[in-house]
Amino acid sequence: MSKTYYDPSDLKKFGSITEWNKELGTKFFDYYNAVFEEGQLSAREKSLIALAVSHTEQCPYCIDAYTKDALQRGITKEEMMEALHVGAAIKSGATLVHGVQMMNKVNKLEM
Amino acid sequence: MATSSLHKRDSALANSQRQLEILSNGIFQNGELPKFADKIAETGQFPLRAKKLEILQINLGYMCNQVCEHCHVDAGPDRKEIMTKTTMLQCLEVIKNTEAHTLDLTGGAPEMNPNFRWFVEEASKAGIKDFIVRSNLTIIRANKKYYDLPEFFKTHNVHVVSSMPHWTRGKTDKQRGEGVFDKSIKALEELNAIGYGMPDSPLKLDLVYNPSGAFLPGDQVSMEKDFKKALLEDFNIQFHQLFAITNLPISRFLDYLIASENYEDYMYALVEAYNPSAVANVMCTNTISISWDGWLYDCDFNQMLDLKVASKVQHISAYNEDLLENRNIIISQHCYGCTAGAGSSCQGSVI
Repeated sequence: MSKTYYDPSDLKKFGSITEWNKELGTKFFDYYNAVFEEGQLSAREKSLIALAVSHTEQCPYCIDAYTKDALQRGITKEEMMEALHVGAAIKSGATLVHGVQMMNKVNKLEM
Repeated sequence: MATSSLHKRDSALANSQRQLEILSNGIFQNGELPKFADKIAETGQFPLRAKKLEILQINLGYMCNQVCEHCHVDAGPDRKEIMTKTTMLQCLEVIKNTEAHTLDLTGGAPEMNPNFRWFVEEASKAGIKDFIVRSNLTIIRANKKYYDLPEFFKTHNVHVVSSMPHWTRGKTDKQRGEGVFDKSIKALEELNAIGYGMPDSPLKLDLVYNPSGAFLPGDQVSMEKDFKKALLEDFNIQFHQLFAITNLPISRFLDYLIASENYEDYMYALVEAYNPSAVANVMCTNTISISWDGWLYDCDFNQMLDLKVASKVQHISAYNEDLLENRNIIISQHCYGCTAGAGSSCQGSVI
């Protein structure tokens, strides 16, 4: 067993999840690959979305994978950081917007 | 940023034999990754055989005005290997009689060979369909004696292929050295001004993109679109095609991969991206690469690893195109660089 929860080399083994359930694993990867194809959004735009979401999900495998993907597409580090701020803004906004619930509750409970 | 070649630094990696050992040891020796020969054998493509010659590539010398981090030639101002006029005369004989449709001059900076202009003038008389000079762009602005190179290229209908790692200053200078971006832009403006790279112009100007780090190039068509948009909007510069080239794990790029602890991951990435349909079109099957001292190789990379052609004919002095056809191509693990994704060659993607 690994002594850490995350091992960078495990990313290479991602495909092996199909070994314990071929049907669902294959369906997942087919879906995954189809999502990232050029569509109404360019593959470049999708890569930047994936990079931002990788951070909001705090998935180290995804961060490694989509940072590399961005570099391969010629995306600059300034563009990458800008995308991250979109994720960060939504994350912090999501925290703060719950403040309205807090305020509602306070207003309901206080005399 | 490197300021001298591996040769000048007496680095162990200046030795091609040492590079070949590294490429066959470790992850390839212990079976973690398949050797290239075994991989291509899976699809019945071993041994790779040379087809009819299409491209004659001549390296005029390893001297260069730049010391790029990723250079597979280990070129630089301190390299003294330069093709002599005697070898050039032998090359001209070959150029006059070859059936290749493309003549491709490279280096180092080929323009730094003292006999470069004479050679281009003579070679252009042979009337080869596509006459390429690989110019690093900054050479045009390096010294007054090179300022008229764009006009010289135009006079001899030379197809200019130039390196441009990115459309931003930061990424370009990091790979190629401080100031390279600004000089390259200036050189491109001058080439555009006399018609090179303009839409519908017969004066061909193509750019070469190779990644500035331990990652593979993205899709060539998308990259070309991004390069064209950015260079036009930011600098009003135009060019024809972009060739996206994968960095091969040899020489200074191998040195960088090992020093930055990226070697194994990079080899994994190349093997994972292996594409059997790229094997059918690898450039070594239609190219002969001639070194500054007249030796013959399957490609420029094999030249740098000193892997000469497997043929009775190994030197320009005994050149024979018929004998070279159908030869077995010499391969090692660096060849994965040309078969990853959409494939890679001196002309960019191969599929």
